[in-house]
Amino acid sequence: MNEQTPARSAPFKGVIFTVSDLAVSRGGRRIVAGVSLEAAPGDAIVLRGPNGAGKTTLLRAFAGLLRPDEGEVSIAPAAGGEGAGGASETSVFCGALNAHKAALTVRENLAFWAALYGAPTLDNKAGRIEAASAQFGLDPYSDYLAGALSTGLARRLGLARLVIAQRPLWFIDEPTASLDSASIETFLSLVEAHRQRGGLAVIATHDPLPLKGARIFTLAAEARAA
Amino acid sequence: MNALWAIIARDIRLAFRAGGGALQAVTFFALAGVLFALAVGPDIALISKIAAPVLWTGALLATQISLDQIWRADREDGSLDVLVETSDMLALTALAKAFAHWAATALPLIIAAPILGVLLNLPAEAFAPLVISLAIGTPGLSLIGCIAGALVVSLPRAHLLISIIVSPLYVPILIFGAGAAMSAPGDPQYAANLMLLGATVLFAAIISPIASAAALRSNLD
Repeated sequence: MNEQTPARSAPFKGVIFTVSDLAVSRGGRRIVAGVSLEAAPGDAIVLRGPNGAGKTTLLRAFAGLLRPDEGEVSIAPAAGGEGAGGASETSVFCGALNAHKAALTVRENLAFWAALYGAPTLDNKAGRIEAASAQFGLDPYSDYLAGALSTGLARRLGLARLVIAQRPLWFIDEPTASLDSASIETFLSLVEAHRQRGGLAVIATHDPLPLKGARIFTLAAEARAA
Repeated sequence: MNALWAIIARDIRLAFRAGGGALQAVTFFALAGVLFALAVGPDIALISKIAAPVLWTGALLATQISLDQIWRADREDGSLDVLVETSDMLALTALAKAFAHWAATALPLIIAAPILGVLLNLPAEAFAPLVISLAIGTPGLSLIGCIAGALVVSLPRAHLLISIIVSPLYVPILIFGAGAAMSAPGDPQYAANLMLLGATVLFAAIISPIASAAALRSNLD
């Protein structure tokens, strides 16, 4: 793994991420209710809770991929910042699926994401692909079909999207599942560098991730009884 | 704009890679044409008379094969989340997906149609109307199919359901398309059919992106 950090990247325009009294259902069943939290630039929030507590559902609602029943998710510019845009311009969602195409090579997948997430800042597309590939140790696999990667390598490819997207808000579901310990270290240093740039990260995980000053948000399983 | 081209390029590339839908459709089309020729037998007058509508029907059925993959492939591997998350207007993304489906599926059919026309003894003056009517009409098939694919995106093995949804909506395109293909250029029927075909496809081009985006949004929930 390459130890290079994305420190040369410019800081983000700060955003404040606010969730007020959020309630979300899936398939007609209330999964979570009454969730409120606020995060400022540099914050990391770790979502915890037993299986079925609604961590993934909550992350999808944060990222604007699910419409909440009640409550509101808002992304506002921090003091002095210009318009932050909606979730569609400021956030990246890394779900349990890695969102890669098995029939494309690793490089083709990275290039596709760079084109999609390129909208806000079109600068240095090739550089972003290089950085993402190097940081997650994907360089030797550039020409492999993504379908031929092992589970752990595919997960690294999925997480490389975070580096490519260059967006301040990260919503990550179980990032460290199937990663080796060196990759977990890389991932953690990436999150720390992201926070130093003024980025925010919301991470759902069962693993004890040593993130400095991270706030733990625990979801209770019985929330669904509502 | 950049992102839309990237989606189109990726979908076309995937369609021609192993497991993609491009060759499936054109192979189905060729098989249908050959089997039909064998079934009719040696009656050359009959076969040349019905060649155009047979080819139109074959093309229409062939485009249906890959409709359920337009959105579901992206949903199954998580890329639909990426498409939604990066899209400024989901309707434009849907338009790009429909265009990519047309380019990967229908364009090979339009190229193959004259070759099958030779096999089915299509009259010499009927080649141009066949190709022109297919070129105008097939985008409508992909556009309508895009809505159906979005409606059933969360259902597994929805092939039959998609066929049931799109078939009635395909009827005007089939009637005007085959009607144009069967009439000679210069015949008022020809121009009328082509214009109605074009109108139908333009209507689909307006409705499809909006309807597909709405169907996707409700399926994400």
